[in-house]
Amino acid sequence: MKLPLQEIAGLAQRLTRPVQFMEVCGTHTMAAYRSGLHQLLPPNVRLLSGPGCPVCVTDPSYIDAAIELAGHPDIIVATFGDLLRVPGSDSSLEQERAAGANVRIVYSPSDALVLARECPSKKVVFLGVGFETTAPTVAWAISQAALDDRKNFFVLCAHKTMPQAMDALLHGQAVKIDGFICPGHVSVITGAQMYRFICERYRIPCVVTGFEPWDILSAIKMLLRQVVEGRAEVENEYSRSVSEAGNPVAQRLMAQVFEPCDVVWRGIGTIPGSGLRIRKEYARFDAAVALDVTFVEARVNPSCLCGTVMRGMATPFDCRLFGRACSPSHPIGPCMVSSEGVCAACFKYEKRAAA
Amino acid sequence: MCLAVPARIVELRETTATISVDGALRDVDVSLIEEPRLGDYVLIHAGFAIHKWEQSEVEELEEIRSATA
Ligand code: SF4
Repeated sequence: MKLPLQEIAGLAQRLTRPVQFMEVCGTHTMAAYRSGLHQLLPPNVRLLSGPGCPVCVTDPSYIDAAIELAGHPDIIVATFGDLLRVPGSDSSLEQERAAGANVRIVYSPSDALVLARECPSKKVVFLGVGFETTAPTVAWAISQAALDDRKNFFVLCAHKTMPQAMDALLHGQAVKIDGFICPGHVSVITGAQMYRFICERYRIPCVVTGFEPWDILSAIKMLLRQVVEGRAEVENEYSRSVSEAGNPVAQRLMAQVFEPCDVVWRGIGTIPGSGLRIRKEYARFDAAVALDVTFVEARVNPSCLCGTVMRGMATPFDCRLFGRACSPSHPIGPCMVSSEGVCAACFKYEKRAAA
Repeated sequence: MCLAVPARIVELRETTATISVDGALRDVDVSLIEEPRLGDYVLIHAGFAIHKWEQSEVEELEEIRSATA
């Protein structure tokens, strides 16, 4: 099978103006950099990275709150590995762990629940960060904790939903977006129909796609064809995993445990209805409520451009810290820490220091 | 965090399945998919199967992975 580069070149010739497409999934960001796709595109077709890395869009006050919790001797903080090295105002969970705080990396929210069963004298707080792909797995853990009547399992919830962020980016008009490459695994849960309102409201084409270079290039080809033909529809290149309606079991569970709320996205600000908070019926598992967590505005390095990078308005090369003060071994912003972050992807696969 | 490769269910105990990815075995939870069966290919995220692949979908992926410039 050949990559659809010729078709892309042919369609690009028919464009009357340059176009910019945005991917909003950290795994797409990584895959695009890994396979050097940016260099394969014609000069009038640009691929931007958006706010697709869940760790990167998490407000730093959340990291500070997690660090604060980890400082209590009766608490174990359980987290996915990606959050460990994200800098808060003064420290990171990794530094706290080295200093003796009880921070455990888990592979699944269900592991955190097992940990709570095994350590009945401790309070286990799972850090619930992620989009629609992760949220149902956390909803499952909370619903199980309710069935078990587990008294020592909590979730510090910062889940977010992607379509509202795409809406906010288009509404804000700070960056011109001519089409979205929609996330693969978020769409496995939500279904491809989730993006229809974007096409209708903004006349912007959306294509759902997978993670192989062929998938991403095919999505770019399909977006180009829509632009050339003046269409704005949801097309699904990833039908091998994504259906129109999504995963009904996961959707039901999410709706049972979470409800939409307004939430702050790092670098973007508050996006109405883009967060998921734990419903009142499950408030006893909500760390923010049950453990009385307060979120205090964090101090971040003012030179870090993560926020601007995640809106597609700058590339890591525009940041004067990139490859100098900031590198994966000494990350200053979350975009350099996470395995899905734009700066990390760029450093790993393009590795030229800022000019 | 996403494992975009199909994992095959080789053992099933209530809501826990042992899956095989390129020969490596691992336990995952299958509560989020309908009617998991032995031999099914599933998509894994954060320790959960989130989608069941049809045989034709697995074949399509193999073809796509062989794509070159
Ligand atoms: S290179 Fe580092 S400091 Fe610069 S935007 Fe990326 S994470 Fe922030």
